[in-house]
Amino acid sequence: MEKRLFTITVFSENTVGILSLIAVVYTRRHVNIESIGASRTSIPGVMKTTVTCYADRPIMEKIVAQIEKEIYVIKAYLYTDEDIIWQEVALYKVSTSCLLNEEFLEKIIRRHNARILDITEDYTVIEKSGHGDETESLFDELKEYGIRQFVRSGPVCVTKDPVEHVSEFLAHRDTRNKK
Amino acid sequence: MAKKIITGSQALLRSLACENVDLVFGYPGGSIMPVYDELYDYRGKINHILTRHEQGAIHAAQGYARATGRPGVVIATSGPGATNLITGIADAKMDSTPLIVITGQVSTTNLGSDTFQETDMIDITNPISKWAIQVRSAEEIPWAVARAFHIASTGRPGPVIIDIPKDAQTGTMHWQEYSKCDFIRSYEPVPELDDDKIQLACEILETAEQPLMIIGQGVILSSAEQEVLELIEKVDMPVASTLLGLSAVPTAHPLNKGMVGMHGNLSVNVCTNRADVILAVGMRFDDRATANLDTYAKQAQIIHIDIDASEIGKLIHPVLSIHADARQALRAIVDRVKPASHTHWIESFVQIDQAEQEMVINNQLYRAPGSTISMGEVVRKVSEATNNDAIMVTDVGQNQMFGARYFRFSSPRSCITSGGLGTMGFGVPAAVGAKLAVPDREVVVFVGDGGFQMTMQELGTIMENNIAVKIVILNNDFLGNVRQWQELFFNNRFSYTPMVNPDFIKIASAYGIEAESVEERTQLDDAISRMLSHDGPYLLNVNIDPVDKIFPMIPIGGSIDKMLLAPNCLYEIPVFR
Repeated sequence: MEKRLFTITVFSENTVGILSLIAVVYTRRHVNIESIGASRTSIPGVMKTTVTCYADRPIMEKIVAQIEKEIYVIKAYLYTDEDIIWQEVALYKVSTSCLLNEEFLEKIIRRHNARILDITEDYTVIEKSGHGDETESLFDELKEYGIRQFVRSGPVCVTKDPVEHVSEFLAHRDTRNKK
Repeated sequence: MAKKIITGSQALLRSLACENVDLVFGYPGGSIMPVYDELYDYRGKINHILTRHEQGAIHAAQGYARATGRPGVVIATSGPGATNLITGIADAKMDSTPLIVITGQVSTTNLGSDTFQETDMIDITNPISKWAIQVRSAEEIPWAVARAFHIASTGRPGPVIIDIPKDAQTGTMHWQEYSKCDFIRSYEPVPELDDDKIQLACEILETAEQPLMIIGQGVILSSAEQEVLELIEKVDMPVASTLLGLSAVPTAHPLNKGMVGMHGNLSVNVCTNRADVILAVGMRFDDRATANLDTYAKQAQIIHIDIDASEIGKLIHPVLSIHADARQALRAIVDRVKPASHTHWIESFVQIDQAEQEMVINNQLYRAPGSTISMGEVVRKVSEATNNDAIMVTDVGQNQMFGARYFRFSSPRSCITSGGLGTMGFGVPAAVGAKLAVPDREVVVFVGDGGFQMTMQELGTIMENNIAVKIVILNNDFLGNVRQWQELFFNNRFSYTPMVNPDFIKIASAYGIEAESVEERTQLDDAISRMLSHDGPYLLNVNIDPVDKIFPMIPIGGSIDKMLLAPNCLYEIPVFR
């Protein structure tokens, strides 16, 4: 079966060791994690971890089921690109002198819808958000000016679904508890 | 009035007492000494069995849990004490055994610095436990214990680790009334029953002409034995069991067709690939139970009931999956499904059963006088001598498969064996735990000469506590199961399977345990009788035919319905009318 990019989002209690519990499920099936990001959500005490990887769907379904089985995992969801809106951020550190000598700098920044975060005499930090191909395209253009550092975040995503299922689930759990 | 300001160790024991724990298994050491100091005061309320190795302690706790359904509790120190528990933790995870594993840990101030006997138990046990928690202060201990019992014993049960640094044991806390845990928002142990799916299951069962029920340990874990009986009788449906599901339905029940899988019964394996509907409950389609999945029950509509959502669709794709507690789901199905009769289908098992009887079973049970003793006949004789009402514990290997095939069960929770992990050395300590848990029942353990020597130091535990387990060593001076594979699939190259064994009778004698050896068939009945009538532990060493093999057998990669009845003798499936 052809491998494709999958994104899973894991809603969990915000507690020690969650990341390791998630990662170990991937390790066991020898699936390499492409990117991973975790942060608190708007729901008190709930953490959201977003993980991407290339795999086939049957494997991913089993990975999600096994992650969801962890005691502190509330819900885990499996998505492909069609199901979500996602975004990455990339930072580029380039030599200021090179940039200042470049007449097309402004055009590059404009064309890529990038912005400058910091300028010192020595270096300039440019920020660009977008999908991988977009941040890579800016990387290719800046390359000739000498990129001193480059970093790209993992994706953050929201679903196209009109409801947040995890909130519904938690409300349902609360009702069951009170019964 | 109980003291309000107490240490973490005191809080631990109070919490265990509040969870009705009266017996723990363990082994002391540096990082758990405050807890052991407290256990000294709890003698009579919470008794502690000192095993001779931590692995023995955890297998004993497993035996206790399997015999009762209540979580077994095991205590060990940090570092090597804790790592010696790993095999038992992994075993309990595979076999859904509720365990509370309490490990000492170095003080929080030393954590992460490779202090003496420090091991990261949480990360080691994460993949092999249901939950692992390190408490960081005395205050957290009652909370952790309450959660641990809830998690270990509900849903699909499993082992839970509570790692307690030494300063949390010695630190103080303000004791308040103990509150048991029955809710964790991220953990839903018992799913809500989907009524539509129950209806659909009934409809599928009602259309079935050749239905087969396959039960696993889930039936025992959810106490659904009665529901299984009612269902098979109402629908007139043959039932087969996985290794761990054995004893859920009495062996003698006319609809009980035996065990599925690699060394299971011929008729149920053949009929797995003939049934039109398979109702699989509390089982996980393990490779030893299904053989090659590519040819497994392709003709059947499979209904899979399991409490663990991650098991559904993991290996096979059922037409209907019901994520539910087995007892709840079966009760709903029994109440709603229409009665049926499947006489012709059930009779079709008979011819195949006869083939197994003639080609395999008779050769085990009715050997010519003077010939070597078979494992099967020892197991069957012991079973009958206990009125088929003992708890049978096994080790792993041929002894386990012969035990499973030839022991007869009358009541649930009578088969304790290491199924998923297949842990040699499990048998003797598990029998210790089972006997302590249910002292009124006879507990017999079948163990090979190899497995016995993996944990035979537990004879010390048996001696010290006069635990009346009956140990039957099926001794062929070989690692028999591996030897069998070497004979069948590795050209008779017996690479490191012959064993030079000690005199097991002398070993038992050194521990003051009554023992005898049987060489001839004529001695067997009397020896079994002496073993069972002896008031106390007993070791019976039976010298077995060294080339005895467990049949029938599905070779690795083979199909469930293609069983070898003997070397190079594949069962020819009769044409069914």
